[in-house]
Amino acid sequence: MAHAAPVTLDAGDVTPPAEHGALVLEHPHPSVGVDNRKLLMWAFLASDCMFFGTLIATYMVYKNRSLTGPLPREIFDVPYTSVSAFVLLLSSLTMVLALAAIQSGQERKMRVWLSATALLGCVFLGGQFYEFTTFYREGLTLSSNLFGSTFFTLTGFHGTHVFIGVFWLLSLVAHSLRGKLHKEHSLFVEIAGLYWHFVDIVWILIFTLVYLIPE
Amino acid sequence: MAVVTAPIEHGGMVIAPPTIAAPAYRGLWSWFTTVDHKRIGILYGVSAGTFFVIGGLEALVIRLQLWVPNNTLVSAEMFNALFTMHATTMIFLAIMPLGAAFFNFIIPLQIGARDVAFPRLNAFSYWAFILGGILLNVSFLLGGAPDAGWFGYANLTTRPYSPGPGIDFWMMGLQVLGVASLAAALNFFVTLVNMRAPGLSFMRLPIFCWMSLITMILLLLAFPSITVGLILLMFDRFFATNFYSVAHGGDPVLWQHLFWVFGHPEVYILILPAMGVVSEIIPVFSRKPLFGYAVMVYSGIAIAFLSFGVWAHHMFAVGLGPLADAVFASTTMLIAVPTGVKIFNWIGTMHRGSVAFKTPMLFAVGFIAMFIIGGVTGIMHASPPADLIQHDTYFIVAHIHYVLIGGSIMALFAGIYYWFPKMSGRMMNETLGKWNFWTFFLFFNLTFMPMHWTGLLGMPRRVYTYGPELGVTGLNQVSTIGALGLGFSVLIFVVNLFVSLRSGEPAPDDPWDGATLEWSIPSPPPPYNFARIPVVHSRDAWWAMKHPERMHLDPIEVTPLSGGPAHASEQAHAVVAAPTLPDVPAVIHMPSPSYFPLLAALGLVIMAMGILAVDWFGPTVLPIFAITGLLLLVGSIYGWSFEAA
Repeated sequence: MAHAAPVTLDAGDVTPPAEHGALVLEHPHPSVGVDNRKLLMWAFLASDCMFFGTLIATYMVYKNRSLTGPLPREIFDVPYTSVSAFVLLLSSLTMVLALAAIQSGQERKMRVWLSATALLGCVFLGGQFYEFTTFYREGLTLSSNLFGSTFFTLTGFHGTHVFIGVFWLLSLVAHSLRGKLHKEHSLFVEIAGLYWHFVDIVWILIFTLVYLIPE
Repeated sequence: MAVVTAPIEHGGMVIAPPTIAAPAYRGLWSWFTTVDHKRIGILYGVSAGTFFVIGGLEALVIRLQLWVPNNTLVSAEMFNALFTMHATTMIFLAIMPLGAAFFNFIIPLQIGARDVAFPRLNAFSYWAFILGGILLNVSFLLGGAPDAGWFGYANLTTRPYSPGPGIDFWMMGLQVLGVASLAAALNFFVTLVNMRAPGLSFMRLPIFCWMSLITMILLLLAFPSITVGLILLMFDRFFATNFYSVAHGGDPVLWQHLFWVFGHPEVYILILPAMGVVSEIIPVFSRKPLFGYAVMVYSGIAIAFLSFGVWAHHMFAVGLGPLADAVFASTTMLIAVPTGVKIFNWIGTMHRGSVAFKTPMLFAVGFIAMFIIGGVTGIMHASPPADLIQHDTYFIVAHIHYVLIGGSIMALFAGIYYWFPKMSGRMMNETLGKWNFWTFFLFFNLTFMPMHWTGLLGMPRRVYTYGPELGVTGLNQVSTIGALGLGFSVLIFVVNLFVSLRSGEPAPDDPWDGATLEWSIPSPPPPYNFARIPVVHSRDAWWAMKHPERMHLDPIEVTPLSGGPAHASEQAHAVVAAPTLPDVPAVIHMPSPSYFPLLAALGLVIMAMGILAVDWFGPTVLPIFAITGLLLLVGSIYGWSFEAA
């Protein structure tokens, strides 16, 4: 079947054999030195950036285009939301402490900090729930005007992300309580942390663009 | 987990069989639980082929309706549903998954890996894809198929203008397919970055892998835009929001932006894998390495980058203003440059090569010719004044079919003919293959070439009929005859597929004297692919291993980076020596089959069906479906996280 004509090889960049040494038996991944699961999380976050980017862009193009009220300036309570934003930011600190704890093998300490992170996330979610119900009573709904549609969709999807994060953190705590999350599994905490920090950073953007620059 | 022993033939000699800890494949159920990338690739291929036939039959009905003016074969409503489902099916259920079939089967083999990075996630992608595809298509049976075009422009899709459930099927089907694509993109991105064999640096990566990697990045970054667009549409239709409602200050053009920010990268998601396939085939059948490998890679990256800055050329007729039109016209013309570079590189590869026109090569060369025509008409409507005349006419229909059939589909056919021996262990029939190619080539042009004139004479697309006074009856009849011929050609292909599968000549491991690693292992490959993970020392790794003498026959090509020819010859010997060592691991651990990916995909679809159920049973059923689906999804993810790998 092979063709008669000879092959001309383009060797490209050829490495000397010494560089690779012995033969490889089992698959030597990862090629770039980052664990597969961590790389997956980074790639997912890149995609999620586009997701929130699109939602934020939708909010921005519809800013000041509502035909009826209530409008942002009539309804926002910036000091209140600042407190809940601070709570969420604080949870990034506890997340870092949880990771540091497991990396040095302190499992109990890790559980404490993970639970604290989840608790702070719950406080943020509670704050959002209170804020949403207040706005609803003041007449802002998903369908009241463009502001309502864009605001609830954007912050709602962020809240959903926080909720999933809380669920994930609590799963890790449960896993640790069953004695299955040790120092050598710190990667699991690190990946959850990547997600958690991302969700925090998104909130900084939303808080700035939606609440602090309302006009 | 079963233990299978398999004799290993490697590099021409039989090595003592190792114990392989690999799943045993038995019966139909094994296909539902498989996590083997090769079997998932075959599942993707068979499913995509089925959807391709369905979409093709829809196209034939469209063509028959247009056979004579004022035809009444189908109603206007049915015609709308047919062109909507034809395009949606061909793009999301045929071309994309056919690409995925090759990603699955070929990428791990080309990079010297035993499987993808996340085998269960891979199975989940497939099940979500097939269930999403079924969800889209059952709409024909349940209250009407979607009929607002594959682009689903608001306000056509909002509740007042599309009260029926058709749009809901389309919307939720696409969301499920989006999840499937995202999961697959994450998986193959990680696989390509992290699972490469030792020595297989990025600039030695087979070009198909490179184009796939770029496609994965496009998928990851482009899909969120349509995901958000569809979420907003869902909220408008079900939760009374105002995103696309003009009466409440909303703007339907927002949908167009969100859709095309996804839609244009999507075009490259469809064509880049095809370009990768062609870039593998042309060097092998020209007996020459790919001309300008590095430039091929860079132009692929440039295309991907620019593809995010050209979307509004789909919207010139909306009236975005001269500045926006000028910017998007410029970027659109700019993207033709890296595309043109690729075409010249393929031609440069064939130049002075020893070209063998086997069926895969015929399709690959046909791809170049047809893609040039499609590319040139593409540049024509990059100019807004020209586009205003061509917009929404059959000229655009001709353009898109030249790039998607003449481009993507022909390249994917080339890929099937090229890799079929590796996938099945049998050669495809060459005579039937040549008949397939020439009928395809002839009837494809007979169908779509006249549409350039039909369009310029003023026949609008997506209208169920036309009057005799337009003077396009003859051209339409030529197109219809061509379409029937195209159907005949696909029939030849299907016959060839079955005949070759049953009684084709047994395929050797390396029937084409291939350049890449998939040809170094048996046809079909064992579950573990490589008994020993190969070590790669250069581009075209398998050629280098088979023809080491060429390494120093051409000192100019070997010299560049690491010492002189003497050194290179030393290295070449090291490479040949490797396969003869009986150094095979005693046990190869392969991932176990799992039914959790199927259950997780089922959970996802049940959630999507919750929205659809509102159309029939009212909003109270939504939480039932949502919670059931969510529990199944989350439970299955937990299940697969904690079961034994």
